Amino acid sequence: MPDNPDVPTRKPSGLVAAAGDDLEGANVRFEQVTKQFGDLVVLDQLDMEVSPGEKVVIIGPSGSGKTTILRVLMTLERPEGGTVEVGGDHLYHEQKNGRLVPASDKHVRQVRRKISMVFQHFNLFPHMTALDNVAFAPRKVLGLSKDEANERATNLLEVVGLADKVGEHPSRLSGGQKQRVAIARALAMEPEVMLFDEVTSALDPELVGEVLGVLRDLAENTSMTMLLVTHEMGFAREIGDRVMMFDAGRVVEQGPPEQIFSDPQEQRTRDFLRAVLDRG
Amino acid sequence: MSYDINWEYSRELFPDLLDGLVVTLQATSFGIILAMSLGLVFAILRRSEVRAISWPTAWVIEFIRSTPLLVQLFMLFYVLPQYGLRMDAFTTGVVALGVHYATYTSEVYRSGIEGVPRGQWEASTALNLSTVTTWSRVVLPQAIPVVIPALGNYLIAMFKEVPLLATITVLDVLGEGRAACTRTGNCVEAYTMVGMLFLAISIPSSVLVRQLEARLARQP
Repeated sequence: MPDNPDVPTRKPSGLVAAAGDDLEGANVRFEQVTKQFGDLVVLDQLDMEVSPGEKVVIIGPSGSGKTTILRVLMTLERPEGGTVEVGGDHLYHEQKNGRLVPASDKHVRQVRRKISMVFQHFNLFPHMTALDNVAFAPRKVLGLSKDEANERATNLLEVVGLADKVGEHPSRLSGGQKQRVAIARALAMEPEVMLFDEVTSALDPELVGEVLGVLRDLAENTSMTMLLVTHEMGFAREIGDRVMMFDAGRVVEQGPPEQIFSDPQEQRTRDFLRAVLDRG
Repeated sequence: MSYDINWEYSRELFPDLLDGLVVTLQATSFGIILAMSLGLVFAILRRSEVRAISWPTAWVIEFIRSTPLLVQLFMLFYVLPQYGLRMDAFTTGVVALGVHYATYTSEVYRSGIEGVPRGQWEASTALNLSTVTTWSRVVLPQAIPVVIPALGNYLIAMFKEVPLLATITVLDVLGEGRAACTRTGNCVEAYTMVGMLFLAISIPSSVLVRQLEARLARQP
């Protein structure tokens, strides 16, 4: 955080710290989840569990389906088969007369509240200021008053080091600043689970650090469950509780970062890491 | 062949034509309001994921666009009353213009809506915004400013089609001109002035639309 040295030490106002604390068992569970695009199988009967508060980093070659895991969780892609649970609730199904049936929109919306996502290309609302970008959904979806939402947004923008940019439109922000607004926007929904989809891939190299700084801060100071897809291996090693190596729609291997990066068991993992680390 | 313009007659004729022009402008105003609102509804319904909504909408749009406005006008004015639906001539004209042009404005809106990046929809989903909020506060505020010049062009096009309403007894500017022509035989004066009045409005409007386009192009 070159331009805001005090951020890493500040706890994000305690607002996300409580999320996930009262959860038992897995916070995210995939069972036999299959997703296809035409003939291409991107998720191949995927089983996966993430514990509350766990930081899981997903690595793997591009096109391996790792982003699809996040997109299925965010309901941006609908899986063809299997079940997804978030915080104990089915995301795509609901119980009716003891049977699991496809969920209504209302049910999906309710469960989806627990999840928030930060995108590779920010996807900020260009016609709103940084403040409105962050405050809008809490007002509309969580029912906060304008003052409450603005206060929450101001606090969060301060947490990500953008206190002086609240009134700016996205077009006047750098990539790194945009991404930090996007992180604040996702945090404002107070999710249990945060998804980060290659959030530094679209940034100029000199701006990557400021965004990673914010993520590091979140990983250390909150009990949110975090799923991160990233190509930043050093970062993955540093903040991940677990690293999942993903290829061709399947988990190739997974384990603590030290094991995956220092002593990978699978040839595919070794090949991938060699290719990535050589390039860096 | 030469023709001596009757200037005095032209001056006498002017107030009648102005009355007609007011009717023309009224028909244009109401017509464009209907066209712009109904067009937006068409554009949104057409994008519905429910096929029972999107397909009939597409079919209705195609049907209206593929038949001439004049035929629609006659259907509304001469045929519908036989089935009990009676509207006065002016209302009929406004409805016909509005519905007909709604099929064109819906295409304009569609291009604007498709110009909004998919990421905006995805961010709205990720923030759990309702469908209504996503449309009204995220998508349309980005889609509509871009298409205002195109809508302006249809406004001018519609203005120039209002004389069709003269065929169903509306005394628009052409209706007044024709009445004067039949009454006095000074048709050259009457129709020339009608044409001039159209020019006097169309040309400044086109300039305005072009300026709007230019201003929009300058914005990031």
